Amino acid sequence: MSDSSTPAVDEQAPTRTRDSMPRATTWNRLGEIPHLGLIIALVLLAVVGLVTVPGTFATASNLVSVLSLAATIGVITVGATFVIIGGGIDLSVGAVMALASVWATTLATQSFGPFVMIICALLVGTGAGLVNGLLISYGRMVPFIATLAMLVAARGLAQRMSDRKTQLIQQGNQVIVDMSTTRVLGLPVLVYIFAVVVVLGWLLLNRTTFGRRTYAVGGNPEAARLAGIDVRRHTVLLYALSGLCCGIAAVLIMARTTTGSSTHGDLYELDAIAAVIIGGTLLTGGRGTIVGSILGLLIFTVITNLFILNGLNTADQLIAKGLIIVVAVLLQRRSLTSRT
Amino acid sequence: MPKSSPDSASLLTMRGIVKQFPGVRALDGVDLDVRAGEVHCLLGQNGAGKSTLIKVLAGVHQPDEGAVVFGGRQVRLTSPTAAIRLGISTIYQELDLVDGLSVAENVYLGHEPARLGFVSQSQVNRATRELLAGLGHGEIRPTTEVGRLSPAAKQVVSMARALSYDTRLIVMDEPSAALAHDEVANLFRIIRELTAQGVAVIYISHRLEEIREIGDRVTVLKDGRTVAVGLSAKDTPTSQVVSLMTGRNVEHVFPPRPRPGSHDGRPEVLRVEGLSVPGRVSDVSLTVRAGEIVGLAGLVGAGRSEIVEAIYGARRASGRVVLNGTPVRGGNPSRAVRAGMGLAPEERKAQGLLLDQSVMRNISLSSLDRYARFGWIDRDQEASEARRQIEELGIRPPHLDRPIKNLSGGNQQKAVLARWLINGRRLLLLDEPTRGVDVGARAELYAVIRKLADEGIGVLLVSSEVPEVLGLADRVLVVREGRVIHESDARDLDEHHVLDMIMEGMPA
Ligand SMILES: Nc1ncnc2c1ncn2[C@@H]1O[C@H](COP(=O)(O)OP(=O)(O)OP(=O)(O)O)[C@@H](O)[C@H]1O
Ligand SMILES: [Mg+2]
Repeated sequence: MSDSSTPAVDEQAPTRTRDSMPRATTWNRLGEIPHLGLIIALVLLAVVGLVTVPGTFATASNLVSVLSLAATIGVITVGATFVIIGGGIDLSVGAVMALASVWATTLATQSFGPFVMIICALLVGTGAGLVNGLLISYGRMVPFIATLAMLVAARGLAQRMSDRKTQLIQQGNQVIVDMSTTRVLGLPVLVYIFAVVVVLGWLLLNRTTFGRRTYAVGGNPEAARLAGIDVRRHTVLLYALSGLCCGIAAVLIMARTTTGSSTHGDLYELDAIAAVIIGGTLLTGGRGTIVGSILGLLIFTVITNLFILNGLNTADQLIAKGLIIVVAVLLQRRSLTSRT
Repeated sequence: MPKSSPDSASLLTMRGIVKQFPGVRALDGVDLDVRAGEVHCLLGQNGAGKSTLIKVLAGVHQPDEGAVVFGGRQVRLTSPTAAIRLGISTIYQELDLVDGLSVAENVYLGHEPARLGFVSQSQVNRATRELLAGLGHGEIRPTTEVGRLSPAAKQVVSMARALSYDTRLIVMDEPSAALAHDEVANLFRIIRELTAQGVAVIYISHRLEEIREIGDRVTVLKDGRTVAVGLSAKDTPTSQVVSLMTGRNVEHVFPPRPRPGSHDGRPEVLRVEGLSVPGRVSDVSLTVRAGEIVGLAGLVGAGRSEIVEAIYGARRASGRVVLNGTPVRGGNPSRAVRAGMGLAPEERKAQGLLLDQSVMRNISLSSLDRYARFGWIDRDQEASEARRQIEELGIRPPHLDRPIKNLSGGNQQKAVLARWLINGRRLLLLDEPTRGVDVGARAELYAVIRKLADEGIGVLLVSSEVPEVLGLADRVLVVREGRVIHESDARDLDEHHVLDMIMEGMPA
């Protein structure tokens, strides 16, 4: 090719280091604090509480009631976080918790004492989760459908077992109720159980092979499979874990309400999933954190608490929650696109 | 070819483009000058900034500094739509098709021919069929779901999409990486038709022989800067181009091989008998000995990937797979991995990478158990192993915690390979291991693969580049339409001979 332009060759391009960090402004550094938005939201809510109901919001008894309320759904949220990061969804959590609470409080189970009741709740929860996992992994059902079926079936079974009656925890098994009445350093024992579950969940997600594989299975199942991960087995384990969390939550709700009932945990699946989403976990899987989910849950619980303290009705409360989900997701969308 | 001064004839001029990502200055003052009707090649090592530059041109990234003049006017490319409206369309390195949509829906995504707001599906299908036929691929049906297509067919679909716009400049980022030999010839035919109509093409490739064949002028990038503009593609010696790109001379591309027959006494690492995948592979038998590199040559779609995936248990297949004398039950790659296999899959983005995760987590994914006791990961050990793997393959930048999606294409490819640089592997299945890897790094990669073999690992190599198979492998199997039609020592074959066999199926 005849060419009039002579090739210009830049011989001595200075070999500058290209890996220089851009000047980190304070603002930049603030942006790197994880969950900053959630923390700010929580603080704002607290300020609203202090302004609108100064006498009641910042009291020890209110703090205790917020945390006890958060504990039950919180444990479920931990399990839901795993399932959602793993690319699935579990709609059956509330129903499975109800079933576990009913099964553990039948007269037959109660006759064996509190220890067996707790084991029973955990087993029922894990078992239901296992069934979910098997249907999804080996039965190749869509998670949404499989766990929806479980939701309906578990509620039905709970109603049948309890004959739609609320089952009281008997005198001899008060140990379970003690979990909500006994206080250590001012907080009921069930709050500590919640804390332990959160810490264990965090460790499991961030420090173990199980957690790493959860991110892989949710982020790119085909890549995970080709890297040698048994994706199906892992999926079963994820739902079983979620079921186990429901079992633990069942024990907590039995402690709090002194009953087992087929109506426990109504719409908990929505609260748990909403908390996970507000916490920044993607419904498509592969991304998310436990801390975010818990913060999301606390935001939800505090809102409920503020509405109650201010004597507003529950309809407005639902509208407010819906708005918060939308705002949270919109904000995350923005921060996601601005970073890539 | 216009004889006037380059600037007046320029269709596109980019001056002093700077693009800073957090922690990386990807472009550090790049100049580019493209004329109407020419094929302008953009060369540079992995991570040099080629894809970043074309993303600036496509309106995906906003430059921090610099000016773009297109068609004689200064323009601001604020969004992909803005670029398309000016007549710049782009085929990205990582295909961006929507798997769940049909071919036609992908081609016309976002600019469906509509009447009164209603999309006429038959019209979209017809237009797509015409485009595909023009590309020499009338066999791809507009109604097929894109997720079902082979990588090569997907490449054709993105090409059709680029052509579905009224364009004056088409940018192609490594379009040939997923294509076989004859497909590349077809691609070049299309490019020539385009340039004859006055459309300019920016062409990126790591295969330098392609540059000589199709290119008019060359711009070379190095470390985010332009080091040469307007070189003649035909007259500049390859060695000069390579040294401009890499800053050094690259010699001895392929590492020396052991003498012929030296593997004969070694134990068989892999024995495959009567392997069949319905409709794709029929009755394939082969062996790989310890220390041996066996190459599978063939067209894209000949069934090589299917053979490799079936051996790995990732695909339903009948037949026997024996690893080190022990039969491996199929159906589950995790068993194959435990038995000592490793697979670097063909499509890094779909099959290899966790795009949201860090480089380290991608590399350690298949070896987590070694750093863990009762499931608890020893993160120091994980990090130090990952650092070694990154070092061994020269992944740039060598940071553990950077999200892998921010690495350049070639470096992502190296990360897929790095995953298997761990002890205890008996057999590595490498499917197009050098796709998108630059010349310099390729030589290093070949050396690493040979070193693994010398340590006693068996390697089964799939590559669409015949010279690569012939240069690296000890023994070559030619695959055509799901069968092995020829097998011989690599030294007894030459490129034309192999090409004849894979195209025509002529036995040796
Ligand atoms: N979104 C991003 N965020 C941060 N860094 C990035 C991003 N995209 C690219 N980079 C960095 O910019 C540099 C240039 O990358 P680019 O993808 O342009 O290289 P390339 O020349 O296309 O390489 P290859 O031949 O491997 O495709 C690399 O160091 C890469 O890690
Ligand atoms: Mg690139």
